[in-house]
Amino acid sequence: MSIRLRVNPITCAAHGMCAELLPEVITLDQWGYPILASGPVPRPLASLAKRAAASCPTLALLIEETGHRQR
Amino acid sequence: MVSRQLLPVPAIPPGQPALRRLPRLLAGLRYDRPASLADHERCHGPIPLHRPGRPARPARLIEVVERSGLTGRGGAGFPTGRKMRSVASRRGPAVVIANGAEGEPASGKDRLLLTRLPHLVLDGISLAAQAVGAREAHLVVHRQDGWLRDRLQAAADARYEAGTDPVPIQVTGIPGRYVSSEQTAVAAFLGGGPGKPAFTPPRLDERGLRGRPTLENNVETLAHLALIARYGDGWFRSIGLPSATGSALVTVGGTVGRPGIYEIELGTRIGDVLMLAGGPTEQPQAVLVGGYFGGWMPAEHAWKLPLSQPTLRAAGGAMGAGILIALPVTSCGLAETARVVRYLAEETAGQCGPCVFGLPALADALADLAYHGGRGRALEQIGRLLPVIEGRGACRHPDGATQLVRSALRTFAEDARRHDLRGACYGLRREPLLPVPGDDERDWDWT
Repeated sequence: MSIRLRVNPITCAAHGMCAELLPEVITLDQWGYPILASGPVPRPLASLAKRAAASCPTLALLIEETGHRQR
Repeated sequence: MVSRQLLPVPAIPPGQPALRRLPRLLAGLRYDRPASLADHERCHGPIPLHRPGRPARPARLIEVVERSGLTGRGGAGFPTGRKMRSVASRRGPAVVIANGAEGEPASGKDRLLLTRLPHLVLDGISLAAQAVGAREAHLVVHRQDGWLRDRLQAAADARYEAGTDPVPIQVTGIPGRYVSSEQTAVAAFLGGGPGKPAFTPPRLDERGLRGRPTLENNVETLAHLALIARYGDGWFRSIGLPSATGSALVTVGGTVGRPGIYEIELGTRIGDVLMLAGGPTEQPQAVLVGGYFGGWMPAEHAWKLPLSQPTLRAAGGAMGAGILIALPVTSCGLAETARVVRYLAEETAGQCGPCVFGLPALADALADLAYHGGRGRALEQIGRLLPVIEGRGACRHPDGATQLVRSALRTFAEDARRHDLRGACYGLRREPLLPVPGDDERDWDWT
């Protein structure tokens, strides 16, 4: 099972918390809105990604767990 | 300015069955007045709905539509049959929404259908409603067109009272903003909210208007459906390409002799469509294909290209709502694009950061390039902005703008370099060509 991140661009208000907590995957554009690296979140970062999603003040960072097993 | 003229359509003798070739949708078009229900039935026969007493097999229409290959004519080009099947397979009563709020300023086809051939659209709504098991049906138009809304509502009420339609059709005027006719924005407005696009998923066919499975179709798509239900999928497929069947309405404008709305066989070469519209009145340099969600193509390249969603996509364009605008060599394609991108930036719903901040920045950079020249830096600036904007909105509005800009930079590449280094060109002396609504004609309100 792998996890992917997604931003709800309507609720996102450019607090930038996610990029602070997960700089490996998330960078900010010139206006402060997150740009996500493509592809699933690397496994070692999964728990950090979940924490970043939970810390978003507007809950705009979404975790999508893709069900199909790998390996 | 030449007024819009309609394709000359021969009168159809009463009682004539399915027409083999074109016109199809426009077969019942009259010069003197909008086609009444009697006119419409004389041309195409009564609506082929399943009536009580006869075995009801609404699923059959979905099969026929799937086999016909009909795709959405609003811009996205999604297979209509697949959409209907998906809505029909969900639990609970469904909703049908017919989208007649044409957002593209350069398009006039939906308005032509609604003003001149309303019963074709109303037939399509009823047939779709029966096929997916809907108990609620909506038709939306721009609310600036109050008279059109009233006229369509009166026609729909008369049909329902006469027992023609199985469900009442509610006609609603929605905000006239560019993105308010986007499908999730329409559902949002009908649900009582502001007419702004929503974040998906859930998709409309899963959870649309007030949580119900919702089938939303462009009015031209539904008009085709009304004919497919009568004449069958084989008839529909008998013209067009294997990958893009049937006919489509296109709005032709720019430097052509007879700008207007034409019904064409899909796969007709763009040059032939422009010739149908009177041919070029000046040497064309480029064609805007698909409208403001489409893109520019060099005229010599566009001329031979078959007009259809798959062929245009393969050539890096889009069919959009079927718009063709020929740009003369004496116009400046960059200035035209800059005006449109400014308009698109002003039409943001104001919801997503990359669109709210990105589109005005893009419009500024493009205006610099088109009107002032960029001292060699404007192109680089635009190149940096595009990837930051793309794919980062809840709807495709920002992507439409970036696609248009990319196509302009490709098509007018030589021009763009010259503008960047040396400043504006002589094309700026010409009157603007692409239609952009004036500030006083715009509807600024969302609710």
